[in-house]
Amino acid sequence: MDLAAIFSLEVVGAIATLVLMSIGLAVVFGMMKIINLAHGEFMMLGGYVAILATNRLGISIWISMLVLAPLVVGLFGVLVERLLVRHLYGRMIDTMLATWGLSLALVGLATMVFGNTTVGISSPLAGFAVGSYQTSGYTLFVIAVAVAVLAGLWLLFRFTDLGLCARASMQNAAMAAALGANPGRIYTLTFGLGAALSGLGGAVLAPVTGIIPTIGASYIAKAFITVIGGGSSVITGSLAASSLFGTVSQAVTFAATPVLGEVALLAAAIVLIRLLPQGITGRFFKRSI
Amino acid sequence: MQTPLLPRWGLAAAGVLAVAGVVLAPLVTDTFALLAFTVYLVMAMLALSLAFIWGFGGILCFGQAAFFGLGAYAYAIGAINFGPGAGALLLAIAVPAAFAALLGYFMFYGRISDVYLGVITLAVTLILFNLANSTSGPQYHIGQALLGGFNGIPSIPTLTLPGQDAPLEPEGLFRLVGLLLIVAYVGLRWLLRTRFGQVVVAVRENERRAELLGYDARLHKLAVFAIGGAIAGLAGCLYANWGAFVNPGVFGLAQSAQIIIWVIVGGRGTLIGPMIGCVAIQWMVTALGGQETVDTGLVLGVVLALFVMLIPRGIAPTVAGWFSRTQKAGQP
Repeated sequence: MDLAAIFSLEVVGAIATLVLMSIGLAVVFGMMKIINLAHGEFMMLGGYVAILATNRLGISIWISMLVLAPLVVGLFGVLVERLLVRHLYGRMIDTMLATWGLSLALVGLATMVFGNTTVGISSPLAGFAVGSYQTSGYTLFVIAVAVAVLAGLWLLFRFTDLGLCARASMQNAAMAAALGANPGRIYTLTFGLGAALSGLGGAVLAPVTGIIPTIGASYIAKAFITVIGGGSSVITGSLAASSLFGTVSQAVTFAATPVLGEVALLAAAIVLIRLLPQGITGRFFKRSI
Repeated sequence: MQTPLLPRWGLAAAGVLAVAGVVLAPLVTDTFALLAFTVYLVMAMLALSLAFIWGFGGILCFGQAAFFGLGAYAYAIGAINFGPGAGALLLAIAVPAAFAALLGYFMFYGRISDVYLGVITLAVTLILFNLANSTSGPQYHIGQALLGGFNGIPSIPTLTLPGQDAPLEPEGLFRLVGLLLIVAYVGLRWLLRTRFGQVVVAVRENERRAELLGYDARLHKLAVFAIGGAIAGLAGCLYANWGAFVNPGVFGLAQSAQIIIWVIVGGRGTLIGPMIGCVAIQWMVTALGGQETVDTGLVLGVVLALFVMLIPRGIAPTVAGWFSRTQKAGQP
């Protein structure tokens, strides 16, 4: 019984981790049909902001993680959209390649500035016991943040003017522009929002993994796969794909090794895309957000 | 039809020059430079393979490193098990080609396109990386060859050509790599002039139209993918020969990124461009590696982003464009 509880907690934790890893990318892909391959580096920046603000400036870890990191990375995202992404709209492959260039450049820059060592911060929550098993309290926090992010996005898209304009531009940008929405501004805001969510994800996951300039590489592939597997609906898609991949990888990790868990995740993604080339929400839940 | 840069006799002269250069270069260079040139040419062959599948087949493969790495591992395992002869070389071409054909069947017959192809090929590369990485320990072996996990396979025997007893010296390896590169390049150019090549280009331009004309687009893409896989595998085999060692890094994300950068910088839609791009970038990386102020990745990333934004066609087509414009301007 205790083992089952721990296992379920680990599975939900893995799903929440995937949600946090991919939601920033999913927002940008879902709304703008752009794959931002520098997404992993946005997460890396978020992690650095959170850890350095706490370790060097003595700001509370909660504030630097939940407020400062998304803010800084979000502003950086707006800058990137203005300088780089804006010129490549409608050229999906070129956008991917240009943001891949940005990702290499950011890794190089971070290596020069921060050095090639892992910086870490101790997890701010203590572990607790379920029966005879010990588990990390931080997993619960990660789950809570993931739920809050999804709920917040849903409220934003469903009930605000910005959300309405955004959903309209998602479906038909030209029509939305004709009706008076300003796609350029919406795209800038969307990219900024996506970047902010990436920064938040990176910051929240930083105490688990530690941060090193190359950490983005370990996020990007999984995020990319989760987003494409989920399809174009931002919230439903990333939740569905994260649940599927998180369960598969955690179950295999439990039965075998973490490496095989990763392999199972990637293999599941390949099979999924083969069966549903438009992703889960391209086939089911088409009308969801 | 684009006017060729050189007339027919000029092409022949360039070919003779290239062969002579490859054969004679070891006589005038020292061993260190020769080893550096060898790896440039090996990487140029890898660039050529992606130039063919991406530039002419229209298949964006983020995982060309998968075939490169498979070729390297296949050669290493073959050479250790049954000697570094032609058998190991053929294995290093056949395994990646077969793997590419299998993967291609799965993708093209499933009608998967663009970004989704990128995801799948990238995921396959990462799976291979993870698998190769997790094989440390004596229980992971194929025949006599220990896979070695993160450390890779050391001291791979160097290729022995048929009819000879001694393994290739660095000079011999350089000549072999150079000649094979020329053969691969000329072979691909010939292939693109055949009916098959014309259909491949037609499929790239408009898949549906080619199918309505009665050509099987899926089969042509599959063939292009398998040929590209075979060439990448050959490059991997030569790479394993060059270093006498192979590790999971051949499947890494960094390796995949580099191949894409070579093709972007050199120019999609040409065969020679990506090879030039590859040598230029490799040379730049080596030069940058010697100093410690600027990070190599930073420069590579900026180069990639600038090329995509400002010179999306790449070096070779842009330069060729200048030439054909001046030629046309000169004509009455």
